[in-house]
Amino acid sequence: MEAVEFDNVKYSYREDGTSPAVNGVTLQIEAGQFVAILGRNGSGKSTLAKLINALLLPDSGQVRVFGMDTKDEKNTFTIRKSAGMVFQNPDNQTVASIVEDDVAFGPENIGLAREEIGKRIEFALEAVGMQEFRYSTPARLSGGQKQRIAIAGVLAISPQIMILDESTAMLDPQGRREVMEVIKRLNRERGMTIVLITHFMEEALQADRAIVMHRGEIVMDGTPHEIFARSRELETYSLTLPRAAYICKKLQEAGLEISDAFTAEELAEELCKSMRKG
Amino acid sequence: MLNDVTFGQYYPTKSFVHSMDPRAKLVLTIAYIVAIFLADNFFGLAAVILFLALAVIFSRVPFGSVLRSVKMILFIIVFTAILNLFFYTAGEELHVLWQWKIIVISWEAIINMVFLALRLFLLVMGTSVLTLTTTPVALTDGIESLLTPLKWIRFPVHELALIMSIALRFIPTLVDETNRIVSAQKARGADFETGGLIRRAKAMIPVLVPLLVSAFRRAEDLGDAMDARCYSGSKGRTKYKKLKFTWRDALGVLLLAGLITGIVFLNLYFGGKFAILNYFFSA
Amino acid sequence: MQIDAKGLTYIYNPKSPFASTALSGVDLSIAEGEFFGIIGHTGSGKSTFVQHLNALLKASGGSLRIGEYDLTDKKCKFLELRSKVGMVFQYPEYQLFAETVEKDVAFGIKNFSKEKTEDEIREAVKEALETVGLDWNAVKDASPFELSGGQKRRVAIAGVIVTKPEILILDEPAAGLDPLGKKELMELLHSIHGGWCKTIIIVSHDMDEIAENCTRAAVFSGGRVVMEGKPSEIFLRADALLEMGLDIPVTAKCARILKQDGFSLDTDFTCDDFVAKVLSLCGKGGAEHAQ
Repeated sequence: MEAVEFDNVKYSYREDGTSPAVNGVTLQIEAGQFVAILGRNGSGKSTLAKLINALLLPDSGQVRVFGMDTKDEKNTFTIRKSAGMVFQNPDNQTVASIVEDDVAFGPENIGLAREEIGKRIEFALEAVGMQEFRYSTPARLSGGQKQRIAIAGVLAISPQIMILDESTAMLDPQGRREVMEVIKRLNRERGMTIVLITHFMEEALQADRAIVMHRGEIVMDGTPHEIFARSRELETYSLTLPRAAYICKKLQEAGLEISDAFTAEELAEELCKSMRKG
Repeated sequence: MLNDVTFGQYYPTKSFVHSMDPRAKLVLTIAYIVAIFLADNFFGLAAVILFLALAVIFSRVPFGSVLRSVKMILFIIVFTAILNLFFYTAGEELHVLWQWKIIVISWEAIINMVFLALRLFLLVMGTSVLTLTTTPVALTDGIESLLTPLKWIRFPVHELALIMSIALRFIPTLVDETNRIVSAQKARGADFETGGLIRRAKAMIPVLVPLLVSAFRRAEDLGDAMDARCYSGSKGRTKYKKLKFTWRDALGVLLLAGLITGIVFLNLYFGGKFAILNYFFSA
Repeated sequence: MQIDAKGLTYIYNPKSPFASTALSGVDLSIAEGEFFGIIGHTGSGKSTFVQHLNALLKASGGSLRIGEYDLTDKKCKFLELRSKVGMVFQYPEYQLFAETVEKDVAFGIKNFSKEKTEDEIREAVKEALETVGLDWNAVKDASPFELSGGQKRRVAIAGVIVTKPEILILDEPAAGLDPLGKKELMELLHSIHGGWCKTIIIVSHDMDEIAENCTRAAVFSGGRVVMEGKPSEIFLRADALLEMGLDIPVTAKCARILKQDGFSLDTDFTCDDFVAKVLSLCGKGGAEHAQ
């Protein structure tokens, strides 16, 4: 089953439709897939994300979430229930001054019963490992913790798709690790479809599939390894390789015979093999 | 970084007062304020102090934290107290202590000053017990619930309550942001400390504009985040925290009813605040 | 100007129940000409420390000297100091306020040098904007709020470097930028370093960035400097850094694993050096040296 389908979608922020932010995108995302979307600032990544859960509606073409057309207003509520979204700035997503009240916001909106909301809060906070902060105030939490609360707020609606719009951009390395752990676990253990928009190539490596956007179009699409093997092309879209892959490529170019490596661990393993031989 | 907005800041713990219904606490606070102004002599205020002490003890908020809220308006208390001390002239017969031209200090003025300062002090202490033990969310829920009858005249009660709770939620964020912008502009040589009123007001522009821009950006983000979490107004919305009156609330109401009755009797029995003077001076 | 901090202490909200010690005795010297990196967790005291360097915070104890300025002396000329020690905050684009780019960039220089003529100011603004790689004619009359995120950040940096500070401090200057934006920013910093800008200090979480760019670095933890030295010395202590919950550069991660397997690489942890050392160890490229 396709979780998300884009059919030649165009979207422009301008009234007259010029300089579209998303320009003729056709895309299918399967349920359960972990997709990373890469691209420069202003390449249309965030617009693409907002088209999925009907925060934006296409000027032309069609976006379907589990077969439901986002343009049909009757679907909006159901679509937003199935496709939750976490944003970039951890400070701008919380509505309440207490963690549990904030997580309750979504379930309240979809009209769940009191007991059910209580269960959802418990489940969602446990899924992000923040149970002990249930009665804390978000203002006193770290960036990574705030973002995990934002994820819990989305989880409480129990969506099948989670969209993260540069949700790791403002975090420190530890916060980023925390968030990545959570979303990887959601994908693995609950089969949740993940759409991760990011500038960090190392994060894209952890996805099943990577998509590169450039000037509103999808220009590359494949497994992260396939994408990062095409480094020349990547460069024309102003993107870089993960650092380990970059070092690996330099070594290969200098004549060292090692297989492609993308992480520090993989690279070290390759080098060990090569040095043992030499 | 912690910021200094304790006035109206929740103190997270579990206690008798914390678990009371916010509506009850709101009504009790209003009644408490009435009691303060009803009390006409020091015995009445002593009864109020006793009630307040009970409230603080059963809220399990450290006394220091409650006291901090007074610190913020200490200046106002002292200022009005001093004005009253020097310029109290009401009443027919004054027991004058000291006089210089139009400035008269009398026993009445001293009593009046102490009385007034005590009233203000109790007022702030009491209301901060409310805000320290009630989350802003619960508080707005309480207000929303108390205002529900207004829905009949199409007053947007739910929206108003939501606006209030979001505003409360963003106060610490915006305070931090303000500090950050002030530092950044200071680093660019901005001077907020010298010059006259107009110059200082003008110097605030490089802080206010970015703050406003940022507030709009945050509002836009928050709007998206609320939409994404299926917000569509009060229709079909449920509430996680259902307000329920319990025996605690009943006990609170009972105690306060007792307080007010007691004050009325104390007023009748001992008379006004100056009655003690008669006791001293007639003897 | 040389920076010397001795026993620098700072307490937030002193004498209140919320008092918290942010710096507890920082000893650190940064010589003129360095490209210095400051590393540490959120809450390690690193941001508090750099805010002392242009007197935005005043030390609760200890001493701090920058060149001839004694920052713990109340009579210190702070305005003059701030014109010589520039500070770029995190996400500096959020402090833009004026109706045109030109006016915004001019803000700093107008505050610092009141005797400058309009022409001199305009010249300085133009130069600053060109230094950060913006086209003067294209942006001078634009509203800073209409620019793209990357351009906004450049304008904000121009607003700090317009006085040509001898020391430039940047707190997480590359945060939120895309990979190319990050690369261009580091190139910009290197292009001004060594000219009028003698010393650059960056606060960064990105260890690869520190390894590639810095001459020296200090690691903050619990309000103290716990490590100090060249990146090559600091990242040799990878285990200690990891224990503090900090990252290490990819090169250091790799070298650490190789060392456990018995291969020792004597690298300074920059990409180029790492590649060269690996090649020489594997008998490639390094062959010339051997002959």
